[in-house]
Amino acid sequence: MAYVSLILGRVGKAVIVLLAILVFNFFLIHAAPGDPAAVMAGEAGATDQQFLDDLRERFGLDQPLPVQLWRYMSGVLQLDFGYSYRQQMPVLDLILERLPATLLLTGAAFCISLLFGIIAGALAAMRAKRPSGSIIMGLALLFYATPLYWVAMMAVLVFSVTLDWLPAYGYSTVGADYTGLAHVGDVAVHLILPALTLGLFFMAVYTRMTRTSMLSVSQQDFVKTARAKGLAPGVIQRRHILRNALLPIITLAGLQAGQMVGGAVLTETVFAWPGIGRLMYEALMQRDYNLLLGIFFFCALLVILFNMLTDVIYRLADPRIKQGAT
Amino acid sequence: MSEPTRESGAPLLRIERLSLALPEGADRLYAVDNVSYDLTAGEILCVVGESGSGKSMTANALMGLLPSGVRVAQGRALFDGQDVLAMDELSHRALRGRRIGMIFQEPMTALNPLMRVGEQIAEVFEAHDLLTPRARKERALALLEEVRLPDPTSALRAYPFELSGGQRQRVMIAMALALEPELLIADEPTTALDVTTQAQILHLVKDLQARRGMAVMFITHDFGVVAEIADRVCVMREGKIVEMGEAREVLDHPRHDYTRALIDAIPADVVAAVGRPADVLAAVERPGGAIPPQRDGTQSTPLLSVSGLDKVYRTSGGWFQPKREVVALDGIGFSLGKGETLGIVGESGSGKSTLGRCIVGLNRPDSGEIRLDGVDLSALEGRALRAHRRRIQMVFQDPYASLNPRIRVGMAIAQGPIANGVPKAEALAQARALLATVGLDGGAAERYPHEFSGGQRQRIGIARALALNPELIVADEAVSALDVSIQAQVLKLLDDLKRELDLSLLFITHDLRVAAQICDRLIVMQKGRIVEHGSAREIFNSPQHPYTRELLEAIPGRRDAPAPVTATAGVL
Repeated sequence: MAYVSLILGRVGKAVIVLLAILVFNFFLIHAAPGDPAAVMAGEAGATDQQFLDDLRERFGLDQPLPVQLWRYMSGVLQLDFGYSYRQQMPVLDLILERLPATLLLTGAAFCISLLFGIIAGALAAMRAKRPSGSIIMGLALLFYATPLYWVAMMAVLVFSVTLDWLPAYGYSTVGADYTGLAHVGDVAVHLILPALTLGLFFMAVYTRMTRTSMLSVSQQDFVKTARAKGLAPGVIQRRHILRNALLPIITLAGLQAGQMVGGAVLTETVFAWPGIGRLMYEALMQRDYNLLLGIFFFCALLVILFNMLTDVIYRLADPRIKQGAT
Repeated sequence: MSEPTRESGAPLLRIERLSLALPEGADRLYAVDNVSYDLTAGEILCVVGESGSGKSMTANALMGLLPSGVRVAQGRALFDGQDVLAMDELSHRALRGRRIGMIFQEPMTALNPLMRVGEQIAEVFEAHDLLTPRARKERALALLEEVRLPDPTSALRAYPFELSGGQRQRVMIAMALALEPELLIADEPTTALDVTTQAQILHLVKDLQARRGMAVMFITHDFGVVAEIADRVCVMREGKIVEMGEAREVLDHPRHDYTRALIDAIPADVVAAVGRPADVLAAVERPGGAIPPQRDGTQSTPLLSVSGLDKVYRTSGGWFQPKREVVALDGIGFSLGKGETLGIVGESGSGKSTLGRCIVGLNRPDSGEIRLDGVDLSALEGRALRAHRRRIQMVFQDPYASLNPRIRVGMAIAQGPIANGVPKAEALAQARALLATVGLDGGAAERYPHEFSGGQRQRIGIARALALNPELIVADEAVSALDVSIQAQVLKLLDDLKRELDLSLLFITHDLRVAAQICDRLIVMQKGRIVEHGSAREIFNSPQHPYTRELLEAIPGRRDAPAPVTATAGVL
């Protein structure tokens, strides 16, 4: 019962936050210099005032801002995010079409970074005084400090151009028209480089954090208790130290997961990955307000969803956090 | 369970010329220096000493739990004929938990917070590949019953944070006893507990020991505890054994000065007197005795008067959550005269700390008045309140956490006066003088907190409180984290300063023995209410409220207390 009311409260707050974000984004985008009608007219090669006015009238851009906001908001409440006049498609369809590719990329990066980051961090903690531990930490520091685009370019240079092991860009092999398992394999091969590139930074963060957290947990009294029981060192590391050390990682993972839609702009651009990130970039350059607002909305929605999910997971992982407990 | 192979009468544990070397750069060469003692089955040996005496080190070496950097320099530790210090890790691990069990000081942190109690107990069997998972669970339940945990069935499924400190310590004991070890090592197991809980745990340990015929190595700093349970005593100081013998003998006729000082640090005469009214007068009338001469605080004009103070802690859980309320203060009223020391005694959760924090102004009471010289502080705000804050200062409990580790001690003391407009150079000079007042040399001002011991830090805390020339000092468990002999020194310092500077002192403590040493009057609190108040003498000699009586009876060493030892001025 307490759980249900907790969720209800959270959802209520989330809806308010989302609406506030919508309004804020709307004004922000209209405060930016540039005029979609002018861009469109420029591309069409027409410069006469009548054409511009027609465009403005057609898209409702001649209305006062509050009226435009009202129209937009009432649309959104009916899940109508407007029409992208640039792409000649409803915004929702555009986003839903691109969303799977982005989620595949960011989801893969998320899993890779979390899994390998924790494993590497745990190894580094257990070998804190040995050279192998230092090597892991050295690599982690390197990936932590290296800019993403540089890693991406180097990866393409090494693995695609020089070694020719992996495709350099794209979502699947153009013109191959694989079906079934062959298609899955094709996409997977294309996924490796961008997912690794995107995941490397967070992997390094998880590695460093897991190590620090494990070393500090291993100083705690209950670890001494576990040793006094006569437990084997491996069991102590896994069951007592690692489990407690993972609590701060959950917070960070929630943060990373929230960036799953909007965080891959750079990677998608470098690897020509047909996802939301590239869509957003194009929409920005073309002053495609409706599309841009729609993407912003989905980014915010995902951040809020993953924040709530993180809270739920944290509650499951740490019995001490109960609603009402201080 | 393997049958012990040693012939009867031979010691179960024999420590021979054991030395444990500290890492280079430590303040001494050896944590434990050439120590030898025996422990026979069925015997309780108390290893007594203050922090840094090396009393826990031998036990840690036995369990293979030595801190990194500490190593065995010489000697053997024969457990049932085998040298545990020379064992390989695998056979040592087989010994741990199975034949030697250990319980620790901090029940709050000694259990894994993410595992259910039942799982943690079952883990002991798992570690030694014993029983099926189902049988482990049944044994865990039986053990929780044996350590007399209320509602053992639900405790099995509880997480540690859902249990009280005393209950957690019972779980620890259940865990240590799971495999019926021949030797139980208890490292200060009652130090972190309330006095009534401590009495219960001591009773439990003694009871279980007698029923199972275990040998117990009980490590403590408290001679009250020694009097309660020990068969033999081994007193340690700076890594060496200074005295060893039968408990009765050591308590009644301590041969070494250090032992005597430790025993004296406990106002045993007062404590003993509780049960024996005839001795009370003797204890009281002796100059320098532990009960202070009665001074009537109510006749002087009250400096502080508190009336109708209420405080309820509410936690709101959000839009749809029910509120939870904890009543911390419920209609508290008392007054404190100029130059008087008032003790507020109670166990954890009694609201005594909240009361102190309200008076200093760190918490706001929900209703009621706190009048300092007639001015109601709880009604003041902003600038007017700040002007009065100077007059009440606080000494905190934890000497480690209450000083900013990155600020030099002199500056830490001077910050208060500087905030009140004193020029920096002048404030720093004052700070140096204050450090001298509390018995530290002037160079201390340039050093950082971590360079001082707990007792020294508490002196710094007192200097900081004095820096603003307060009229009232609130000391919240100011000596609870200190060793008994250090405790006595700090108490004496507080008492001296109080007289010299004509201060009033509000002394908050859970420890009746400490309260007895310094307070003129006492207030006993339970669950946010004052259940008894009166002069220290009245309360010790004829406690009226059942709770006060319970507190007094729970003081360890009360029944077995040694014959009164002359309290020396240096100790009080």
